[in-house]
Amino acid sequence: MPDVAVLADSASNLLAARNQMGFTLGFHIVLACFGVAFPLVMLTAEWYGHRKQDPEALRLARNWSKGVAVLFAVGAVTGTVLSFEFGLLWPRFTDRFGDVFGIGFAIEGIFFFLEAIFIAIYIYGWDRLSPRAHMLSAVPIVISGIGGAFSVISVNAWMNQPQGFDLNSAGEVTNVRPFEAIFNPATGYEFFHMWLAAYMVTGFLIASVYAVGMLKGRRDRYHRLGFLIPFTIAAIATPIQIFVGDTAARAVADDQPAKFAGFECVYESGDNQTEYIGGICTDDEVKGAIGIPGLDSLLVGFSTDTYVKGLDQVPDDEEPPALTLLHLSFDTMVGIGTALFLLAVWFAISWWRRRDIPATPWFLRAAAVSGVGAILALEAGWIVTEVGRQPWIVYGIMRTEDAVTPAQGIWWVFGLTMLLYIALGVTAITVLRALSRRWREGRPEAPGEIPYGPPPGERSGTST
Amino acid sequence: MSSADVCAGILWVGVTLYAIFGGADFGAGVWDFLAGSGERAKRVRAQIDRSIGPVWEANHVWLIFVLVILWTAFSQAFSAIFSTLYIPLALAALGIVLRGSGFAFRHALPGPVERPATRVFGLASVLTPFFMGTVVGAIAAGEVPADGNGDPTGSWIGFLPLSLGVIFVLLTTYTAAVFLVHDSGTAGDLELRDYFQRRALAAAVLAGAAAVVGVIALRADARYVYDGLTSWPGIALVVISGVCGLIALGLLVTGRNYGLRVAAVGAGTAVIWGYFAAAFPYLLPTSLTISDAAAPSATLTAVIIVFGAAVLVVIPSLALLYTLSQRQALESYSASSDATSPRQ
Repeated sequence: MPDVAVLADSASNLLAARNQMGFTLGFHIVLACFGVAFPLVMLTAEWYGHRKQDPEALRLARNWSKGVAVLFAVGAVTGTVLSFEFGLLWPRFTDRFGDVFGIGFAIEGIFFFLEAIFIAIYIYGWDRLSPRAHMLSAVPIVISGIGGAFSVISVNAWMNQPQGFDLNSAGEVTNVRPFEAIFNPATGYEFFHMWLAAYMVTGFLIASVYAVGMLKGRRDRYHRLGFLIPFTIAAIATPIQIFVGDTAARAVADDQPAKFAGFECVYESGDNQTEYIGGICTDDEVKGAIGIPGLDSLLVGFSTDTYVKGLDQVPDDEEPPALTLLHLSFDTMVGIGTALFLLAVWFAISWWRRRDIPATPWFLRAAAVSGVGAILALEAGWIVTEVGRQPWIVYGIMRTEDAVTPAQGIWWVFGLTMLLYIALGVTAITVLRALSRRWREGRPEAPGEIPYGPPPGERSGTST
Repeated sequence: MSSADVCAGILWVGVTLYAIFGGADFGAGVWDFLAGSGERAKRVRAQIDRSIGPVWEANHVWLIFVLVILWTAFSQAFSAIFSTLYIPLALAALGIVLRGSGFAFRHALPGPVERPATRVFGLASVLTPFFMGTVVGAIAAGEVPADGNGDPTGSWIGFLPLSLGVIFVLLTTYTAAVFLVHDSGTAGDLELRDYFQRRALAAAVLAGAAAVVGVIALRADARYVYDGLTSWPGIALVVISGVCGLIALGLLVTGRNYGLRVAAVGAGTAVIWGYFAAAFPYLLPTSLTISDAAAPSATLTAVIIVFGAAVLVVIPSLALLYTLSQRQALESYSASSDATSPRQ
């Protein structure tokens, strides 16, 4: 007879490990977005500055490159923590499947290298490289951000749509086909969805900083460009994202019906499914939601006759947990995404007709919260993907509870990690705010005030 | 040579580069911490910033490389190591987080953040090499069973792991001091060069003394590795390492810089590969061999291809970075220019 205390322990371990992984990944994902998208924003400003002979754009590019550096450094360490967690939290997952999904990470390693190398060259090369060479040094950063995102997302996609290996009768992995594992059915839509999300999060968040400045009356060219460059990039990404997200949801309805039924709260399989907005999802019904009859079927198959699988076809022990959380997260993501789309349209109309930002302060107010909104949508979407995949770590093949470490004390580690990361986040925001205040005041940095660069005053002895 | 052996070799290339270049960055953090305060300490820290600022993140990527190759090509070994040595590994990760963020933040804000960030940077720089040393010691001592879940405390709290932890800290400070001797010499700051020269010597003497203890510990706790290091081909690499170490010591004593870095790096590389030769054919002596831990051949082939691509793409880029930073072509913000007058 199994020991009850041991069983309770392992359930608690699973929850602790999932919390730990979820928290550290949820923290890192924001920094990862900046790693992917901030270099493009910075390079756009530099390119514009050189092209239009605009010193303010160049000043922005130079200032932003310091933000890129600080965020990349923090992202590099929080990313390292995640690599450790593959072994510290999920040793049995890595043991069994590391040889299948690992290649994606190996490829990511190359991109990470290039990113680290060329960020260093770019940051340290401001006054030492010609404008052309300097801008060229940013191109590998932009490309490796995209390539790195693709590699990492391909692993997450593989966890949702595992393929590229066989299992023998003992459940051991044989006949590994790494190429198939990387290009699994979910890689395409997951990658494009995440890539565009990175541009949206980064673009809206940077723009919202300058929107706040403009609301406070700082309407100079520096703030205007600081708003326009990232906002335009985000505004271009948003409508494409609506299309990609819609495609992704339809694909999930096919590929992972349990996840789809979970976040749409579809209980009974059948056609003419109601689309529920908001509400609480109990074990067998939705309460307090706004229901639009037939819309769910229409969205899945362009016809209200479309058959949608419900939770009734999913064995009880394979249903995703926390249905309400899933459902509301999905609604949050879609709702904020739609709001951001409307904001982008508003901006586009105004720009098309008057070549200017909408005159009403309400536009800037909306833009000022768009960054926080984009982050919320990002986290909500990530909850949908990850919690929606549960109870599986490898969809349909390995359960998360079978992957977790038996090691003790994860709750303690989780608590300490929370404290550490909160301190890290607060310091990063404090530092960026202090830098931005200094840039705004337009005064040059005093020696020792540059985020991890050589202090300028110390260089007198280093003739070149 | 099987493709599993090739992958183990690739893994070890990553280990070597991380131990030497990543290690030197940690060692520099220790010197930063020990610099104290005052005018000279400022110059010491400025030199450390100049030396490691442009390269530390690229050097850090070697660790990711090692982890990824380990879990892809040798999943079972990765899982065994992490499910046994999770305490020192978690502490090493803590050191990585604190060191990296401390370094990134230290100059951002004068006053409130700079001072604590510098402290954190320095202290955390000891954590990672120490606990990595205990991990290597526990593996060498055969404390990691092939199926994992070994003793979470007894495996690494022992004579060999703890002494290797200390040795790792001393060796990283030694390597860092040697690099800083070179860099401050190139920068023309002779006083600073002498400063680091004295410290490199002190670290060399301490590391040498600790190495003697390490050999005794190896003999007591890791007989398989010890025997490998004292017989062909391990012994050859140990001798090469010793000769390089003595050359480096001689150069330090006589105050010559030429060839110093090569000798020091050679000493480190030879001993790291000496371990590899001594432990061969084991990945976890003596519980798991390279071939038993190896992934299916398609995965190994993919790892080798990815490594080939990395050599083609990353090595030239790294060479460009090192060249530019050594030529000091890469320095931000010349004293005359400020943020408002970007160069056209």
